[in-house]
Amino acid sequence: MKKLLFALFSAGLIASSAVQAVDITPQTVLSQYGSLVSAGYQDSLASARDMQSKINAFLANPSPETQQAAQAAWREAREWYGQTEAFRFYGGPIDSDTGPEGFMNAWPLDEAYIDYVKGKPKAGIINSKTPITEAKLRSLNERGGEENIATGWHAIEFLLWGQDLSRDSAGQRPFSDYSSAPNAKRRAEYLKLVTQMLINDLASVEKEWQAGQRNYRAQFEQGGQDSIKKIFTSLGTLSRGELAGERIEVALDTQNQEDEHSCFSDNTHRDIVVNAKGIQNVWEGRFVRRNGEVLEGASLKALVAQKNASVADAVSANMLSTVQAAEAIEAPFDREIVGKKDAAGRKRVQAVVESLKNQTKELVNAAKELGIKRLNTGV
Amino acid sequence: MHSKLALAAIVLAGSVLAYEGQALLAQYAPSEELPGGEVGTTDDHGKNAFSLPYPGLSDQQKTDFVVGNSFFKKAWVEAPSSTKARDGLGPHFVAQSCGACHTLDGRGAPPDFSNGIQQEQPMALLIRLSIPGQKPDPVYGGQLNNRAIPHVKPEGQVQIKYETITSQFADGTKYELLKPHYRISDLAYGPMHKDIMLSPRIAPQMIGLGLLEAIPEAKILANAAKQKADNKGINGEPNYVYDAFAKKELIGRFGWKANVASIGHQSAGAFLGDIGITSSINPHEDCMPAQTDCKKAPSGGKPEIDDKTLKQVILYSQTLAVPTRRDADSPAVLHGKQIFKDANCVSCHTPSYKTGEFKAIPQLANQTIYPYTDLLLHDMGESLADGRPDGRANGRQWKTPPLWGLGLVHTVNGHTRFLHDGRARNLMEAVLWHGGEAEASKQYVLKLTAQDRENLLTFLNSL
Repeated sequence: MKKLLFALFSAGLIASSAVQAVDITPQTVLSQYGSLVSAGYQDSLASARDMQSKINAFLANPSPETQQAAQAAWREAREWYGQTEAFRFYGGPIDSDTGPEGFMNAWPLDEAYIDYVKGKPKAGIINSKTPITEAKLRSLNERGGEENIATGWHAIEFLLWGQDLSRDSAGQRPFSDYSSAPNAKRRAEYLKLVTQMLINDLASVEKEWQAGQRNYRAQFEQGGQDSIKKIFTSLGTLSRGELAGERIEVALDTQNQEDEHSCFSDNTHRDIVVNAKGIQNVWEGRFVRRNGEVLEGASLKALVAQKNASVADAVSANMLSTVQAAEAIEAPFDREIVGKKDAAGRKRVQAVVESLKNQTKELVNAAKELGIKRLNTGV
Repeated sequence: MHSKLALAAIVLAGSVLAYEGQALLAQYAPSEELPGGEVGTTDDHGKNAFSLPYPGLSDQQKTDFVVGNSFFKKAWVEAPSSTKARDGLGPHFVAQSCGACHTLDGRGAPPDFSNGIQQEQPMALLIRLSIPGQKPDPVYGGQLNNRAIPHVKPEGQVQIKYETITSQFADGTKYELLKPHYRISDLAYGPMHKDIMLSPRIAPQMIGLGLLEAIPEAKILANAAKQKADNKGINGEPNYVYDAFAKKELIGRFGWKANVASIGHQSAGAFLGDIGITSSINPHEDCMPAQTDCKKAPSGGKPEIDDKTLKQVILYSQTLAVPTRRDADSPAVLHGKQIFKDANCVSCHTPSYKTGEFKAIPQLANQTIYPYTDLLLHDMGESLADGRPDGRANGRQWKTPPLWGLGLVHTVNGHTRFLHDGRARNLMEAVLWHGGEAEASKQYVLKLTAQDRENLLTFLNSL
């Protein structure tokens, strides 16, 4: 059955008119959503495993080349993880009370909590006698404040790039940190462990969304209006509270490098694009996979369009312009946000915020069309 | 009006079936569903239930909310540092961020205990210090700081021991309460004053604070007048305290002893007292004369938090929404609500208000809200007393805390520790600690059947 659907959708021949011919009900929308989420986490997990093998190769033979390959693999894996962030904010497998989100993507992190920083050569867990074990790192994560991050994407990022102390480039951690530097062995152990932990966490979430299992997805697809509301909450919160708010407006306000999302790798501009893309994927019920396969089917958009086509079109138009505005941000993000109000970079970044705000308003309207009042969008 | 009456009749009829022979169900008003009013209530009942803004905020307020949130939850670091916007931690401190104690804008808990041994220093539980005459300790000041930046000594460590008290309900069901005893060890600057008084206080949840600020003072005073007129032994008193923003004495509304009048004053005070961050309101680090290491520590700027950012944190703290009620019209909840009323809990836990004008956030005006507090001080009896006065509050008085959001504390924070120092392990224990003016209400609860106790808790958890 699954294969059949794939064949049908991956043929890529179904024009949007044909999609509308599909019976659009909350049930078919939820089932398509399940397929998207499952594929999203599969691709994220696979790309994270690629990153892991590049990190292992770097640790086995530290050199500028192997380090760059690991860094490139981190950036590539972020392209896929970033799109899955549109599956958050409703207490699903990723961010329920016991979900691993805080271990995977918490930020900003206090670098000195993990490793040395400028002026503090002996700082951090790596340069202490703390045992480097999974249980220990999990207990240290977010202990005594949300910024005390010991694990996840940004810990790996910091360990690959180091502090970003320069205006024009990302962090410049020497590869010798993993060969001849003090505590090189502990640093390597740490990087290896947190990478494995990220894979384990991602795999646990991916499992909950696999088709045909007795898992979260099975329940979710039976959730009717409640699940539809969750999807809207997710899109609204990522659009407004998280992406426009925490990840961009705060940085615009403080003009501080510490407030950019991927500050060590200078990859924040891509984080923004793929988050915006992830939102669009869910709304349009469409996802282009790593292998080029196109998943397409009953969408939230079509469900809303049945009630009010112009409201649905307004959401789509806004999402498209958000993605375009995000793509126009120039790297590095930490230079874009600096300057007076009318600085070109700040205007480009502000345009994304405005577009995200508009799309959130449109999403609230769209939710109302389906009888969802008081939609939570984070702010 | 007519249809409401009919509805009540139907609900009542239902109750007779469900609770034959027991007390009637309380009435239910649809506006109770929205405890924070139309502008201040959110529908989220998950982990982030306390972290969402009032839906009625303007675009600019939303932006300020987001930035305020960032400064509320992200950690301050020691100066000097590359994190220019957030340096200046300490020298002495209790926590590195507001969010460290108000985790997810929720409620703090006492430190973990296993096998009866305290496993860690408290984080969300701070200890106020004073000596008779309401003066700070001459060596340690007005609050114990159990942490410090490198090269500065933490003032001391908090040691807690729990004593188990066993008692029973009228039906013979036994219960146990934990009575805490506090001691300060590892004093870094010599002994404390021989008459030192300790007042432990836990971080409460942050929801609806602006709405509480918008309650007209006259309505708080009317609560006191009504309690007096009722003549049931309840005598709430207002606290009056100096407010650093208004630059005059105002009625106290916040803090466990109503010792703070505004969220502005509270925020600036907590920045200095708990994190060691100076502001234009509190420009000097809280180092006592004998604490020379503290005085010598580098500063993160003068002041460390600028006025614009402080304002954003204040707005953030004022605008966290109150979650909608759950199952507010179910028979069990309405039954519990009736018991809450019959036990006279409503006298102090005043259910509702209409807010007045509020300049800082005009949208908060004229909202019907359900905080369940009179914002007054009450003698709560010897067993809850900390013996330490605070403003006009004496050592036996505590302010009635609001009850909204109570049922979601576990979801947000993963625990159910209540009262001023988190000694109660669940809501029933919190009720059973009540004494003093609340003694008669407690006696009423002690005589309830197991089913009625359950209904009372179901009601409280629906708030």
